[in-house]
Amino acid sequence: MSIVANFDLYAPRLVNKEEYFVHGHRACQGCAEALAIRLMCKALGKDAVIINATGCMEVVSSLYPTTAWKLPWLHVAFPNSAAAGSGVSAALKVLRRKGKISDRPVKAVSIGGDGGTFDIGLQALSGAMERGHDLLYVCFDNEAYMNTGIQRSGATPFGASTTTHPAGPASTGKSAWKKNLTEIMIAHNVPYVATACPSYPIDFIRKVEKAKKVKGPAFIHVLAVCPTGWRCASEKAISMGRLASETGVFPIYEVVDGKYSLTIKHDKLRPVADYLKLQGRFRHLSPDMVKQVQERVVQEYNKLLDKVDNLHAWSELKG
Amino acid sequence: MAKRVGMEIALAAAEAVALCKPDVVAAYPITPNTHIPEHLSDLVAEGKLDAEFICVESEHSALSACIGASAAGARAFTATSSQGLLYMGEVMPVVSGMRLPVVMAIGNRALSAPINIWNDHSDIMSQRDMGWISIFASNGQEVVDMMIQAFKIAEDREVMLPINVNLDGFQLTHVVEAMLFPSQKEVEKFLPDYKPFAQVHPDSVVSMGTLGLPEYYAESLKARDEAMKGSKKVIVRTWKEWEKIFGRLYEPVMKYRTEGAEALLVTMGSMGETAEAAIDEMRSKGMPVGLVKLVLWRPFPFEEIRAAVKGCRSLVVMDRAVSFGACGPVAAEVRSALYDQPDAPAIVSEIIGLGGRDVLVQDFVALAEKGLKAKKGKQTEEYEIYGVRGS
Ligand SMILES: Cc1ncc(C[n+]2csc(CCOP(=O)(O)OP(=O)(O)O)c2C)c(N)n1
Ligand code: SF4
Ligand SMILES: [Mg+2]
Repeated sequence: MSIVANFDLYAPRLVNKEEYFVHGHRACQGCAEALAIRLMCKALGKDAVIINATGCMEVVSSLYPTTAWKLPWLHVAFPNSAAAGSGVSAALKVLRRKGKISDRPVKAVSIGGDGGTFDIGLQALSGAMERGHDLLYVCFDNEAYMNTGIQRSGATPFGASTTTHPAGPASTGKSAWKKNLTEIMIAHNVPYVATACPSYPIDFIRKVEKAKKVKGPAFIHVLAVCPTGWRCASEKAISMGRLASETGVFPIYEVVDGKYSLTIKHDKLRPVADYLKLQGRFRHLSPDMVKQVQERVVQEYNKLLDKVDNLHAWSELKG
Repeated sequence: MAKRVGMEIALAAAEAVALCKPDVVAAYPITPNTHIPEHLSDLVAEGKLDAEFICVESEHSALSACIGASAAGARAFTATSSQGLLYMGEVMPVVSGMRLPVVMAIGNRALSAPINIWNDHSDIMSQRDMGWISIFASNGQEVVDMMIQAFKIAEDREVMLPINVNLDGFQLTHVVEAMLFPSQKEVEKFLPDYKPFAQVHPDSVVSMGTLGLPEYYAESLKARDEAMKGSKKVIVRTWKEWEKIFGRLYEPVMKYRTEGAEALLVTMGSMGETAEAAIDEMRSKGMPVGLVKLVLWRPFPFEEIRAAVKGCRSLVVMDRAVSFGACGPVAAEVRSALYDQPDAPAIVSEIIGLGGRDVLVQDFVALAEKGLKAKKGKQTEEYEIYGVRGS
């Protein structure tokens, strides 16, 4: 029996049928960030509070007097979803202890875009992770400040043309490499860190489920294809996410108590050109720059493989 | 009968907050407020206060954490000063816009540059229009009382606004004073448990902090303004209730020996205490002067100010902050309150006590004398920064 032909039969067993991020939001066609949020909510289930940083997802989902959220949801500002999430987490803990709310675990989940996480929210995120709140942080990385019109962020990849670092006769787009935030989180000794992409929905859902179970901080870095900002066809959003993984541009892995493992594996990486050529933001890249990107991607990928092969779980390092 | 207990006022503020049993305290150190959160963390460490104390990495996060906690239904408290308050600046209007009854103590301090840790009111004046109720204490007892009153006022369903209680850095925070503390039982009776109006929790799914387009934004602000204006009634009611229980009366504007006064000094904060001594001295010499102390800064007590100064010929408004190139902020408000009044007094605007510069009895005397000479319509200066070298 084919899973695809019998989707209605299989899907509920794999995925929560309930919807918590619902129709009516105003995200662009093909927005993989909105899809990722929908999947995240399914994985979280009803006992979660979402703390949303300012950005596309907050703006498209909360136009008063409407809301796309069927989970309790709080938006405060751009740089502080981790800090506001710390407060929610602390409140849930103390109010439960004092018997002022029902006695069952409810997860505080802070979310933000790459701008709200890699850049302006990095300090608040670092503080929250260091303090060890029972808090899941999910970064939806579409590699630029999309809400304000595709400006460069610390997560924008090398060479990408953005509205604040555009390509032109005297510029080849972003001249710095993407910041490795996942490693920064791992360096905080966060017990559960993962990368994910909604193009691999079951992998992503399982990771959110795992992260939810952690009694402490957890971090998931989601690559969210943004057809509008990447200047690619909206129907390509899912395949584009897969290409990011297949080329090694965005490896999908998890780090549990210090132990690395690739959760999406490929026997051989595809050339990065397969990924870059489909996106208008890379249209100007010369063959030489594509080569530079290729070398860097392989180097970073090998660094990661080395960690997968050689790093141990903390528990194995005792004694 | 309760006994007076001598202690540093910052610690007393923390003791008063602890009596209110906050669920979450989030704060970041900055002189001169630091002893308040330090002492609260002591109380948590000693098991005397059941609260989550969040040692945040910045003031921005301190207030953000309070917003998260308050939105989740917790009673939340923070404290700060100066640059720390400015660092909170981005989220200050969010607290009031979301109608969260967060309480904050501000150990008032000057702003950089030059960096200066001592007292004036520049910090809170920069946050004047953020939709927070602002109250000023002039001594330790007031600090204790106002901290407790603050939670009750903020959480009143007719108000639902954040409050900052201002206590002058060093002049109050670091001074040891003998104060009366209500018992835990008395506070519990006065201040019921916080019952949130809305709460981010799966048992009551709600979206908070949504996007307000032009079609709705103004309504939201008007509602906040109405709540702010209406809060005065609740504040006065709360203060009357306090007086009934504890015998200490608070009013938006407090008068001191104003009967028969031709010139009145107007102060806000700890200066009021020294001013009283100066008034006593001048009165004993037969000078017709008195004092008006502004306790409530926001909402601004227009009627009370008008009533308090009725019949006097001149006012000397003493500000501890400068609105550069424009005014002393309190004087500007007092002027606007009196502009339309038929017998409005002459107003002398003096900016004084900046960056911790002492304001002595002789300064009040000099300014009162200036007030007595002031004539309406004959004022030549908008304001003066008093006692500055080279002027
Ligand atoms: C303090 C502050 N600075 C700037 C902004 C303007 N702003 C709002 S959203 C945004 C970019 C969001 O980018 P990102 O976090 O990557 O989310 P995306 O919209 O791409 O999903 C910016 C710059 C703001 N709201 N607050
Ligand atoms: S700009 Fe990009 S991230 Fe924002 S809603 Fe559109 S597709 Fe989604
Ligand atoms: Mg982005």
